[in-house]
Amino acid sequence: MTVVLRRIATVVAVPIALLAVWWMTSAQSTSYYLPPLSKILSTFDDVWFNQRFLDDVVPSLLRLLVGFSLALVLGVALGVLVGSSRAVRSYCEPVLEFLRAIPPPVLVPVLMLFAGIGDTMKVLVIVSGCIWPILLNTVEGVRAVDQVLSETCRVYRIGGRARLTTLVLRSASPQIMAGVRQAVSIGIILMVISEMFAASNGLGFTIIQFQRSFNITEMWTGILLLGILGFVLSLAVRAVDRRVLRWYHGQRRTHLGAR
Amino acid sequence: MTSPLDGEALLQVRSLRKVYDARGRVVEAIGDLSFTVGKGELVCVVGPSGAGKTTLLKCVAGLLPPTSGEVVLDGLRVTAPPPGMAVVFQEYGRSLFPWLTVRGNVELPLKEKGLPRDRRTELVDEALRAVDLTEAVSAYPWQLSGGMQQRVAIARAVAYEPRIMLMDEPFAAVDAQTRADLEDLVRSLWQRFGVTIVFVTHDIDEAVYLGGRVLVLSSSPTELMDDVAIGLPEERDQLTTRSSPEFARLRAHVFELIQQAKGVR
Repeated sequence: MTVVLRRIATVVAVPIALLAVWWMTSAQSTSYYLPPLSKILSTFDDVWFNQRFLDDVVPSLLRLLVGFSLALVLGVALGVLVGSSRAVRSYCEPVLEFLRAIPPPVLVPVLMLFAGIGDTMKVLVIVSGCIWPILLNTVEGVRAVDQVLSETCRVYRIGGRARLTTLVLRSASPQIMAGVRQAVSIGIILMVISEMFAASNGLGFTIIQFQRSFNITEMWTGILLLGILGFVLSLAVRAVDRRVLRWYHGQRRTHLGAR
Repeated sequence: MTSPLDGEALLQVRSLRKVYDARGRVVEAIGDLSFTVGKGELVCVVGPSGAGKTTLLKCVAGLLPPTSGEVVLDGLRVTAPPPGMAVVFQEYGRSLFPWLTVRGNVELPLKEKGLPRDRRTELVDEALRAVDLTEAVSAYPWQLSGGMQQRVAIARAVAYEPRIMLMDEPFAAVDAQTRADLEDLVRSLWQRFGVTIVFVTHDIDEAVYLGGRVLVLSSSPTELMDDVAIGLPEERDQLTTRSSPEFARLRAHVFELIQQAKGVR
């Protein structure tokens, strides 16, 4: 029990200290652009927990969810394809590296031309950014499938679908999860950016609206909300990671322990 | 048990030759190798290190295509891993699926074989009992010692009900005491299940102790130096068998052949 308490204390100590510093240094602030934290927090409820939650927060989250899921499915599928064949890999790798190097925000104007300014464009922007870490990590993971395990599968005539699900995807799952972790944080950034360009609702849109209409305290609450959102999502990813990669963490612990 | 002469041939290796061509550097791993393994035999293959033993086993398993010659199992030419064949690899840590439990590992090939659930459970339980691992069914491979992991791999092979079982230096990476236990395990499984076994090793004592016959290989390019019949009693145990004069004589004979093989090159 005390161990759990101590761990919780370790996790929250620094955030609490930072908030305390922010609170104290901003307490006497008279600057219009840097309102006191106490004011930001007391406005938080009024700003977000009403119709705006349904009108702006939920649509943003849905775009993120759809965009991320599409990127996951496409990234893993293409990653398996590219990673399984040396020939495909040597043809595709330079192109993939080039495409990955394009910052996805610059695609917003282009995608607007093709997909308009609706949800499709925003989802596509999220996909265009999230897919790369997932795809490239999947390629690496699939490439590194252990040869002895692969031969074991051949000997016991485990092929096709069963080979894909029991061997390839499972042994690439640590790398895929590493890609997922990066993709989630990229996804949040792109969700906000795509809503700043051309939108009529969403978190990014709302924050920009507040800033343009000089509702600075409200703008700050939006930034805070984004921070909390990112934090909650990373906790969720970590929970999934622990479940899916239980074997991987267990194996690593025993190997490190033996050394 | 069946002797090579009156037994029906299960595995035939005919003029097998394997040349690796690694970026212009041609390595002749196996020169010209022919032998036959009868149904129900336990044949050990021994040779100096670098004698292409693993290459031979992979060609027999259908994992590597031979440069020329052929491998015939039960009348059919082997071009890919044939049905009814199990392989136990030396690298036990890398041949078990770390994301599957012991039961999952043993059961997986049976699922692929399309066996119904009841039959699978029966086979898995029997195999795990035979290797004395019943209490570890729900453990993961990485939670077990090396010797236990190799026993899981052996259980997986046995549960598969293979016609032939190939073992590639399976005990090279376990400690001496575990090794002796595992050797006895292989003998007892062979007698109990009547499976044909080809056991590759670099350990002369192990080959003589386990085998009904020992095939002695030369250094690469590998050829068959001798086919030694092991006239030890069927019931063997680590203490009396290993201290018998016949064991010592056979051991010395194989040892001499291996020395000769090394000296030639």
